[in-house]
Amino acid sequence: MWRRCQRLFYARPPQTPRLCPTPPVAGPSLSLPGAARTYTPPTERKRFYQNVSISQGEGGFEINLDHRKLKTPQAKLFTVPSEALAIAVATEWDSQQDTIKSYTMHLTTLCNTVLDNPSQRNKDQLIRAAVKFLETDTVCYRVEEPAGLVELQKNKWDPMIEWAEKRYNVEIGSSTSILGPNIPARTKDTFTSHLASYNTWALQGIEYAIAQLKSLILSMGVIDRHIPVEKAVLLSRLEEEYQIQRWGNVEWAHDYDLYELRARTAAGTLFAHLCSESSTVKHKLLQD
Amino acid sequence: MASLGSPLRTLRSLLRELRYVSAQAGRPYRDMAAYQHLREAFRAHRITSEKLCRAQHELHFQAATYLCLLRSVREHLALHQAYHARGERSTEEAAGLVGLKLPQQPGGKGWDP
Repeated sequence: MWRRCQRLFYARPPQTPRLCPTPPVAGPSLSLPGAARTYTPPTERKRFYQNVSISQGEGGFEINLDHRKLKTPQAKLFTVPSEALAIAVATEWDSQQDTIKSYTMHLTTLCNTVLDNPSQRNKDQLIRAAVKFLETDTVCYRVEEPAGLVELQKNKWDPMIEWAEKRYNVEIGSSTSILGPNIPARTKDTFTSHLASYNTWALQGIEYAIAQLKSLILSMGVIDRHIPVEKAVLLSRLEEEYQIQRWGNVEWAHDYDLYELRARTAAGTLFAHLCSESSTVKHKLLQD
Repeated sequence: MASLGSPLRTLRSLLRELRYVSAQAGRPYRDMAAYQHLREAFRAHRITSEKLCRAQHELHFQAATYLCLLRSVREHLALHQAYHARGERSTEEAAGLVGLKLPQQPGGKGWDP
């Protein structure tokens, strides 16, 4: 177990390679007859900058890679409204080693989505997409067998539904039918008006978290700081965890998905929190 | 209901993650903007009156979320590098897995590969 941990901490491939070492080929090259049909991952861009820093412009905070300003995929200037978010994005860019792996930079991806808005969604469409998840919410969909899973779902998911019903003063309920629970229109209106109170940036983060967890209730639990991200991911993957305990864990699939889900959900909620807060520090003088 | 643990533990784990990040960059982790920001934020919220502990909880939750993000990204990348980063094996390697060798055909296969 120690060796496995070491491998994970230092992010090195295992010492004894399981495959014969292959010289890296840039894409499937048709000149070599043998390599034409095998898949090689596409070569990634190399890290072309040494230092990452932050500066403040008119629109907000910008990221500088060496002396160049970071731009979105549609060539707009990358500006964020919050300094903490800018620092987090700069840390993401700083943590790239040798090559740029854009699939690890979740906060940058979210910022690009908000700035470019490639699917041209306005705020109403975002809110509608988010509330639509309630009809097929994970914690409302129950199974009827096996009995262990039914019990687990009742114990873990019912408290979440009760919390959401109490917090937002709505009715949700759960169901075992294939059509899902019958959500009254008043519930949907309540959630719509609650989500409308967030600005577009935070809403993008919330909608991303909802899409990852496949559950509006769990996402609201994390956004309202009721449960931590790890617990929300565990509740979202409850059936998978049950099957893992029954049949065993496959590291390259189960753990891979678990960490990816955790990373994305944490990125979504952090994005939402950082874009919706505004903090002021009041210094109190000591009375003496 | 958030069982986040102690803020000190979260801070120390966050600094550890930042040390991993700065190992990639090659610079000492104390120079990083994230380190300064975290230090200021934790110090600023330490001395507050106990009635306003909601801000402390919010900061702690945010720090725990950021820690989850950094840790999961690192572990996901490690798993990716270990299992999914290499492409397919070539036919020679696939045959070599079970101890076979592809036949030598000096006259060519007779059809285009």
